[in-house]
Amino acid sequence: MDPELPTILELQVVTPERLLLSERTTSVSLPGKSGRMGILPGHAPLVSELATGVLFFEQGTQTRFVAVQGGFVEVLPGRVLVLATRAERGESVDLEGAGRARNEAEQALKKSSADQAESQRAQEEIDWSRACLDAADSKRDSNS
Amino acid sequence: MASILDLRRRIRSVRNTQKITRAMKMVAAARLRRAQDRVVNARPYARQMRSFLGNLGRHAEKSSHPLLAQRPVRRTLLALVTADRGLCGAFNANLIRAAQRHLQEHADTETALLAVGRKGRDYFRKKRKLDGEYTGLFQRPVQFASAEQVATQIEMLYGDKSVDAVDVMYQQFKTLLSPKLVTERLLPIEEPTGPAEEAPTDYIWEQPPEEILGHVLPRYVEAEVYRELLESQAAELASRMTAMDTATNNAVELLETLTLQLNRVRQAAITKEIIEIVSGAAAQ
Repeated sequence: MDPELPTILELQVVTPERLLLSERTTSVSLPGKSGRMGILPGHAPLVSELATGVLFFEQGTQTRFVAVQGGFVEVLPGRVLVLATRAERGESVDLEGAGRARNEAEQALKKSSADQAESQRAQEEIDWSRACLDAADSKRDSNS
Repeated sequence: MASILDLRRRIRSVRNTQKITRAMKMVAAARLRRAQDRVVNARPYARQMRSFLGNLGRHAEKSSHPLLAQRPVRRTLLALVTADRGLCGAFNANLIRAAQRHLQEHADTETALLAVGRKGRDYFRKKRKLDGEYTGLFQRPVQFASAEQVATQIEMLYGDKSVDAVDVMYQQFKTLLSPKLVTERLLPIEEPTGPAEEAPTDYIWEQPPEEILGHVLPRYVEAEVYRELLESQAAELASRMTAMDTATNNAVELLETLTLQLNRVRQAAITKEIIEIVSGAAAQ
């Protein structure tokens, strides 16, 4: 192995509201627009758009989960920068709130079938709450 | 000389006003702390977005997106960010004055005006046509969705070539005492300058560069507008806090003077009464 390659990744997830996390990790998996991507230290520089879904990364023996929606990722050999529109840690997801949001969005989707912009927004909302729930769920699985 | 009754009435009314200004100061201070945090929290995204865009810009075709297009400037758009409410010192007045000066100085090019905040809108809507107005954004903590709305309209105006440049005028939150009035060029996006330290020579593009750039640019504009709105809100609250603090102090001073006056009048009345009694007794 090339001795110059870094062995850890600096992972940053930022949203317009805040810097959600800045951690050192050994591997990251994230939902790219054209499919899931696994990133290891020393990965070639890459840019991609993000889809809505769950990002997870390894810390020692632990895997941690983050729901992300929209935005971009920039990969540099020792750094992964995620510029998401929305992001939430799996452990801080409000399960009840997310479940409610999903139901409401599903209702809205049914009602708004005629209005395209409206139904698209509702669909995004559904995807987002699903991602939140998934991130929270995976969290529990990995701990048990 | 005012009568005792008048003085009492005035003291009571000043005291009530003082209660209000003090309460407003407290509210502004509490909201300011949160607004300040939000400004600080929003900075990483704006900063990373700028550097990301800089890295991308080095690789992608420059003219590949309408938001990057540099055109001869014939018509500019000035987005003026004021507060929704008054009672915050010279905050709005300064902005409005600066905006008017800006309009005069740039009288040679046509300038369209977009008002964010009720105060600016109310002032300018009687004088000229507004190309857009947004009010009520600052009633609660500024939402990213509001910034999105404003940004989308700005992008549309720029994209369909109604305007060739966009400036944003707003108050930046610097310190509690002195907000800084700034005018920033939002569009066209300036060429990223500075050394390309860690920008790699080549990327793997998961999607075509033009497509990614096309999606990044609107996000960038949104992030900038969002940051500017947050700054403005923090600056507004800081101004309100200092204004209300001054008002409260003024009320304290006024109360002191009035109380002194009241006591003088009261004493004069008592003295007069005693003299009357004494001279009445002496006359017998």
